[in-house]
Amino acid sequence: MFDFLDHYDLLGAFWTTVQLTVLSAIGSLIWGTVLAAMRVGPVPVMRGFGAAYVNIVRNTPLTVIILFTSLGLNQTLGISLGATNFDIINFRLAILGLTAYTAAFVCEALRAGINTVPVGQAEAARALGLSFPQVLSLVVLPQAFRSVVGPLTNVLIALTKNTTVAAAIGVAEAALLMKKMIENEAQLLLISAVIAFGFVCLTLPTGLILGWVGKKVAVKR
Amino acid sequence: MKLRKVTAATAVVLALAVSATACGKDDKKDGGSSGGKKIKIGIKFDQPGLGQKTPQGYTGFDVDVATYVAKELGYNADQIEWKESKSMDRETMLQRGDVDFIAATYSINDEREKKVDFAGPYLLAHQDVLVRADDNSIKSPEDLNSKKLCSVTGSTSAQNVHDKLAPKANLQEYPTYSACLTGLQNKAIDALTTDDSILAGYASQAAFKGKFKLGGLKMTNENYGIGVKKGSDLKAKINTALEKMVADKSWQQAVDKNLGPANYKNEPAPKIGNIVK
Repeated sequence: MFDFLDHYDLLGAFWTTVQLTVLSAIGSLIWGTVLAAMRVGPVPVMRGFGAAYVNIVRNTPLTVIILFTSLGLNQTLGISLGATNFDIINFRLAILGLTAYTAAFVCEALRAGINTVPVGQAEAARALGLSFPQVLSLVVLPQAFRSVVGPLTNVLIALTKNTTVAAAIGVAEAALLMKKMIENEAQLLLISAVIAFGFVCLTLPTGLILGWVGKKVAVKR
Repeated sequence: MKLRKVTAATAVVLALAVSATACGKDDKKDGGSSGGKKIKIGIKFDQPGLGQKTPQGYTGFDVDVATYVAKELGYNADQIEWKESKSMDRETMLQRGDVDFIAATYSINDEREKKVDFAGPYLLAHQDVLVRADDNSIKSPEDLNSKKLCSVTGSTSAQNVHDKLAPKANLQEYPTYSACLTGLQNKAIDALTTDDSILAGYASQAAFKGKFKLGGLKMTNENYGIGVKKGSDLKAKINTALEKMVADKSWQQAVDKNLGPANYKNEPAPKIGNIVK
């Protein structure tokens, strides 16, 4: 029943999915933290930029963003991110698109976390003479991160599944392999079930492990 | 407590609505291939020149063939119910009986013949390339190895390029052929590759007239057949209709009308049951 799977590199495709997820997760964690810092910061221009970015990107469909990176940046403007082969260009473009999109959600989760830190702590830090970057990085953010492990896990799981959109620009990950198999094998339900099972194998442990970590590091108040 | 009641009421209403629509669907399923008033035909809705839904109605070569066949089966044009059959849904739609037959750039191959029966073939197409009108650098499939190609994600054409025809080619995959045309116009892509009949349909569109041309490479053979449910008696009837269509010249007229403007040189009408490998 499953013998047709021998012709396909299922593990390779899911490895690309994992790579996309991990690299985009790192990218969006960094960019999302910067955005959150902008949104709670004292400079009005930065606050405005952060708010505008989050609201625009969060409300744009991911497919549009991913297709824009390829059709707009690459095919029309000629940006190739230092590669000549479409396989590599598309992989990098997909990470760029996924990072830009997911960062908006990371930013909002983090901002909620910042709000859980009692305002007296920031005031006390200011009274001790710490600057804004010091208040944020030494006092507020360490506590904020610990309280948003749960919400960030949700974002990570959503990101894992969102990587399938990268198939739209031809990145050889799980969803693209699924399209290939459906085209060749005429076994729609079985193939979909196999791919779905693969994603459950990725996301279920993520949820369990990070759920445990979240409980471990939570700030007891 | 009030909220609880409202929730319960909503759930009941929803359940009723769902079951009601389910019944409705069953009721409609009265017509079969014989005796019913309507015939349901699966076509592509998004392929110019072959099967396309336009504000004025349905146009394309597949549509013309299907209309002719339906007429021979005893259905007028207004008794046809067109359904969209995307590539991945085709076998399922036939097996479930959603459509009576499918004429949707449906190439006959062994895997598919295990699931459905094919009448025809009614058109012999080849995998080919579409290039800019001023580009003469592609003369044989080997030339493709140094080119940037584009095709639809996971399609047979894309897999052929990757596995057999030009493994070294730089291949971009997009969800639709239209997306490939952006790159082709901007010179980010050198050639769009798939069946020549599909390419001819795109090049025949008013917006692209004179901008693109076919390479004429004939890299593979694709036998387009009309798919019917396994064991259906429609197969023989459709074959008769197709033979008649070729004999009375309507077949050639349909090819010229739909694919002609792109300078598409069609193969002569294939003999029924003669599958060119």
